[in-house]
Amino acid sequence: MRAFWTALARNRLALVGGVVVACLALLAILAPLIAPWDPNRPDVNKILDRPSRAHILGTDQLGRDVLSRMLFGARVSLAVGFVSVGIAAFIGITLGSSAGYNGGATDAVIMRLVDLMLVFPRFFLLLAVLAFLKPSIWTIMAVIGLTGWMGVARLVRAEFLALKEREFVVWSQSIGASGFRIVWRHILPNAMAPVLVAMTLGIPAAILTESGLSFLGLGVQPPHATWGNILNEGKDAIELAWWLSLYPGLAILVTVLSYNLLGEGIRDALDPRLRQSRGVVSRGR
Amino acid sequence: MLAYALRRLLLALPLLIGITFLSFAVIHLAPGDPAAVIAGSGEQPITPEIYKQLVEIYGLDQPLYVQYLSWLGRLARLDLGHSFAPHGRPVLSMIAERLPITLLLNIVEMLIIVALAVPIGVLSATRQYSTFDKITTIFVFLGFATPDFWLALLLMILFGVQLGWLPISGLRSMNWEYLSFWRQQLDFLGHLALPILVATFGGLAGFSRYMRQSMLEVIRQDYIQSARAKGLAERVVVGKHALRNAMLPIVTILGLSLPGLIGGSVIVESIFAIPGMGQLMVQAAFERDYPVLMGNLVIVSTLTLLANLAADVAYSLVDPRIRVGRRRR
Repeated sequence: MRAFWTALARNRLALVGGVVVACLALLAILAPLIAPWDPNRPDVNKILDRPSRAHILGTDQLGRDVLSRMLFGARVSLAVGFVSVGIAAFIGITLGSSAGYNGGATDAVIMRLVDLMLVFPRFFLLLAVLAFLKPSIWTIMAVIGLTGWMGVARLVRAEFLALKEREFVVWSQSIGASGFRIVWRHILPNAMAPVLVAMTLGIPAAILTESGLSFLGLGVQPPHATWGNILNEGKDAIELAWWLSLYPGLAILVTVLSYNLLGEGIRDALDPRLRQSRGVVSRGR
Repeated sequence: MLAYALRRLLLALPLLIGITFLSFAVIHLAPGDPAAVIAGSGEQPITPEIYKQLVEIYGLDQPLYVQYLSWLGRLARLDLGHSFAPHGRPVLSMIAERLPITLLLNIVEMLIIVALAVPIGVLSATRQYSTFDKITTIFVFLGFATPDFWLALLLMILFGVQLGWLPISGLRSMNWEYLSFWRQQLDFLGHLALPILVATFGGLAGFSRYMRQSMLEVIRQDYIQSARAKGLAERVVVGKHALRNAMLPIVTILGLSLPGLIGGSVIVESIFAIPGMGQLMVQAAFERDYPVLMGNLVIVSTLTLLANLAADVAYSLVDPRIRVGRRRR
């Protein structure tokens, strides 16, 4: 464990990523305290004001302060990122471990399900589901999680296939430990490293997906501010107010970049072997 | 060879059924009554009698598995039903109109991505840790982190609004009909420039990364050492011996990245108002036009499946080890 931290600390880019990630989390949590204005209070005298001392990032069509809206948007982005990745990891670990441990028909069925899910372009699937659901933050989290578990399932299965042949597993089987106990206590802890990496890299992918959906107008709905739907409003004022389009996107970029740097750093630190595996950050669709 | 292709095709059949099942389930298991949706789409408020008729016409009073089977039957005859939109056009013809545009965009994107990513990947692998390698690595991380819709907005502001060089929406200018033939082509290309630039950016990052990784693995192999040892020029070693093998995985990755590219066209097409599948999907989602949604899902994922299949077969063509040796687990 100590080796992990030293390796991570020696990776300067990962460190920068980690610090930015921590700062973003802090900003999101403290948003109600530090936001200079009420994010939802319109002001007819300040419609589409350029960035100024009072409104550092300008105002939108309704005269709302863009900086405050972005701070509250950070809460949505991070919450969606964490919760949907949590859902995806839960499904992925459950299905991946039962496929890998049981093998045979279970494995075949689960892996065909993975293949099936991967044949659907994610955004098409998301749009089809969201068309009929009441859009809320919770639905968005759920559908992003439900369409994003396949990578984790594959990883976990591969780890299980390798680990279940190892002596410590065979020995616990020989003394009659239950399958659940073996999976939960013995194999899973040893299989978690790549899952952790996949989860760290899954958060930015989920954030990109959420902001894309909100940008299209099918994600989190106004008046809830999110980076995606501020950009959506920015699109309508594209000829008048560049600041509405520039800053929220920059926020997404910095967030995703930091998580990716941190994630790659964690991967390298956890296991130098993994560095050689052809793992590349996946985009969220 | 043929046997391998047939075996892959056979394995794809259950997936095809899975596609229809999932496309149906996604729409029908969601809460919300399609008849109510149709009823709500008209301008006149609907009477209970008409509502009942609608339910009967669309077979919505039947149990779900009956609905699924009858939909499957119609699907087999390529009948995707009619749109719920006021024009009520057949879904198949709507898709037929839009599919070529999305395909054109995606094929052009893919060609550009491969044409650029291969040299970039090879150069940064053979000069690992050089300035070029570092710059491309930065570019790769930026490419992964840049939301495509944001990039699109920025480019629209820069080239469309500020500089006025390029059109920012649709496929044709208003005065298209009055232009000469070559002007028309130029106009079309101008309209495609920004969408393709946006769609290529993210994909290029991923591909050049893969190419670099693949090349790095190959040039560590023994046979590359022996090629060098026998005195071949580095250009031949890299360009001929290494590159051929490093390109192999790219075929598969090309197939696998297809859903991502097509998924990306949802955003690109709706920003630039390009009448393709992605834009159709967004419209249908807003209008809850469920025959269109289901039809789109089935067609797009079936095409992806076929493309993956083609990639698999192509891979086995260029790498005989695959069809003789290990089967895909």
